[in-house]
Amino acid sequence: MAGIGIDAPGTTELFIGNEAIARGALEAGIGFAAAYPGTPSTEIMESLASVAKKMNFYAEWSVNEKVALESAAGASFAGIRAIAAMKQNGVSVASDFLANIVMSGIGAGLVLVCCDDPSAISSSNEQDTRNIAKWLDIPLLEPGTFQEAKDMTKWAFDLAEELDTICMIRSVTRIAHARGNVKLGELPRKEHKAHFDNICPVAPTLTKFIPYPSAWLHQQLHVKLDKAREVFESSPFNWYTGPEEAELLIITCGSCWLYSLEAVKTLNLESKVGILKLGTIWPLPQKLIEKHLSKSSKILVVEEIDPFLEGSIKEMITDLPPASPHPTFYGKHSGHINAYGELNPNMVIEATARIMDITYESRPAEYSKKAAEIPFTYMPMRIMTFCPGCPHRATFWAIKNALRLDGRDGFVTGDIGCYSMAIGPAGFFQERTMYCMGAGAGVANGLGKLAQFGFNQPVLAVCGDSTFFHATIPALINGVYNHSNFTLVILDNSATAMTGFQPHPGTGITAMGETTRVVDIEDLCHSLGVQVDVCDPFDLENATATLLKALAENGGPRVVIMRRECELVRARREKKPPYKIHVDPDKCLGEACGCNRLCTSAFSCPGLIWDKDAGKAKIDEVICAGCGICADICPQGAIVKEAV
Amino acid sequence: MKTLTKDPLNLIIAGVGGQGNVMISLLIGKAFVRQGYFVTIGETYGASQRSGSVMSHLRISRESQYSPFIPNGRADIILGMEPVETLRILQQFGNSNVITITNSRLVYAVGMEYPSLDKVAEAIKGLSARLWLIDATAEAAKLGDPVFANMILIGTLIGSGILPLNRESIELSLQESSPKEKLNANMLAFNKGMELVNRG
Repeated sequence: MAGIGIDAPGTTELFIGNEAIARGALEAGIGFAAAYPGTPSTEIMESLASVAKKMNFYAEWSVNEKVALESAAGASFAGIRAIAAMKQNGVSVASDFLANIVMSGIGAGLVLVCCDDPSAISSSNEQDTRNIAKWLDIPLLEPGTFQEAKDMTKWAFDLAEELDTICMIRSVTRIAHARGNVKLGELPRKEHKAHFDNICPVAPTLTKFIPYPSAWLHQQLHVKLDKAREVFESSPFNWYTGPEEAELLIITCGSCWLYSLEAVKTLNLESKVGILKLGTIWPLPQKLIEKHLSKSSKILVVEEIDPFLEGSIKEMITDLPPASPHPTFYGKHSGHINAYGELNPNMVIEATARIMDITYESRPAEYSKKAAEIPFTYMPMRIMTFCPGCPHRATFWAIKNALRLDGRDGFVTGDIGCYSMAIGPAGFFQERTMYCMGAGAGVANGLGKLAQFGFNQPVLAVCGDSTFFHATIPALINGVYNHSNFTLVILDNSATAMTGFQPHPGTGITAMGETTRVVDIEDLCHSLGVQVDVCDPFDLENATATLLKALAENGGPRVVIMRRECELVRARREKKPPYKIHVDPDKCLGEACGCNRLCTSAFSCPGLIWDKDAGKAKIDEVICAGCGICADICPQGAIVKEAV
Repeated sequence: MKTLTKDPLNLIIAGVGGQGNVMISLLIGKAFVRQGYFVTIGETYGASQRSGSVMSHLRISRESQYSPFIPNGRADIILGMEPVETLRILQQFGNSNVITITNSRLVYAVGMEYPSLDKVAEAIKGLSARLWLIDATAEAAKLGDPVFANMILIGTLIGSGILPLNRESIELSLQESSPKEKLNANMLAFNKGMELVNRG
């Protein structure tokens, strides 16, 4: 398929939800797109950026989500339709601006897409952004299919302009990252013309883009929301399927709609259970919901993550006249549906079967018994780890050794990125705190000021290169200003690796593939008067010595940059490993060595395997990336690297 | 052209992060969309892509779009790139009618005791109505690169005749996604997989 820019209206493509959203933005005629990468939202911008030049609009990876949203707003203010995309954590980062822009109007259509991550599969939390829409009075849509993801995004720009306020689209992992049929629409062909309108018709000294006077504008926002509710009452994104009088009414939205359909079909309940599928989530279409509430005395609300619909509908019911239906609610409060984590068809089948008092067997009991009898040892768990050849494995090996040699019970504070895996065996359990972007350095700021309370443990904060630009710089400046005692280790692999190697300000390349000025991390740190050392983590000896030296220092923050390109990026470019690795069976002493199988039990690169029959280490040639680091850790020198 | 043996048809591709699940699910999915089917693909995303257990759920229907999750016990076909992962999927999604095609090449789990292939293969057989156990990685190495194991397995899947797809439909999908110079090598691997059907 030719990507999201294919100009073939009426044809059907197999898009992931994120591509469908990006396509919707194209069909809406956007001129501007900004985002910061974050699973599960990344592909919205990736696919937009890949066609931006050809389709004559602008796309950027911003330094963080707040700047992304502000940039998009800037374009909107000048009359250009704009989209900003981010994951749920990003909306928190952008929320300060978001809480203010709702108070003003917009210029051209402005849409914020947020991809939530139920179960926090690729996140540190599973916050439900629908609450932000309610909190800040923002009209919110949520697609239930890939087709809707496209169609809703396109419509959201019209809606934003009609209401004169920013609109949000909430997607979840199983829409964002799943793939399905999307029938394409027309791509508009119009010239974008940008101009900032300096005049406010009602108050000549203000523009439309100053949220003042706030209380009056807050009231105006409520009027906009009332109008949104009216529009939503007849929206084609809400519909009911099922009998006129139902034994059970399921109210659902987003990916849960497909789970609900499957549950009803699997249990053969089509004639007894109805489904009200909502696509306009905030404000709720009150009359539409009221009309359907009378269909059944039992309501099951199926939604991911928080009881948002459930709570809001119950709230709505309290305002209805006493004679109105007051059905029994099943959902997160009743315990039929989890109020945490991702849902799936199994959970909805079980909840529905329980309420309808029927038994469900997913497969013959005899088969289930046989499956359950398979010994656990036949299916060893695969733990998350760094890729073969990953520089982070070497960095954390050096950190582990430096902290041990230092001997003062030092530890690592960290944040979000590939290196988060250092909370586990991949990074030798070195990362001891892990919160949001930049929090490693932020937390280190506090720990580094505790000497007066007898604290003398060295603190090492880690962050990636992209995270450094995103949220670590203010924390480093704070450390300089307040003279906090910590070492910041920047794991510079020259990419936003976790989300798929997007460029950032340190890479010298933009989202649209143009070369740009490199923001040099060393120069930036030097300008703050911070001492900077740069190491290659693959030079384990030097990396360890440099860290030890930094740990021994006292006073304000110092920076150690561990610089080595992400192995996946290197391999993609060079297409061959730097070394061919093998284990010399004469030198590997196996269990008799006394190293306690250092290479396979401690260093644990997936390319190293333990040959049980031979009682020696071995290289898995299909997996090995040929970095050669294991050759440096073997005390016997039994692992041999030969340059390729 | 034949039709689906069941609607929706539920296919799971099981493997280890980095083995190419996404590539396989896309090739097959596109071939179905081209023939007018609804296709939904659910992938394991995120950190598991780094050497963790991964699976792709493909749901194919003439009638409507399905969710990207196959309910427990409801897989019709399992295509495994690694035997332990195949067994893991069978345990959760298998049933008395499930057809299994799997690579026999083990990918070791870091820091874990690994079971012998014999035991794993026996367990897989016990949970499958029909099984093709193929040493796709070894066959791929003979063709010059273990990466061809994926195309060999797709060849076996198509050759087995359990999907209403043929060689041409896969070749069309490949033409859209892979560079021209790689097309021939990929199709050679595909042919190899088709040949192996009779040996399974």
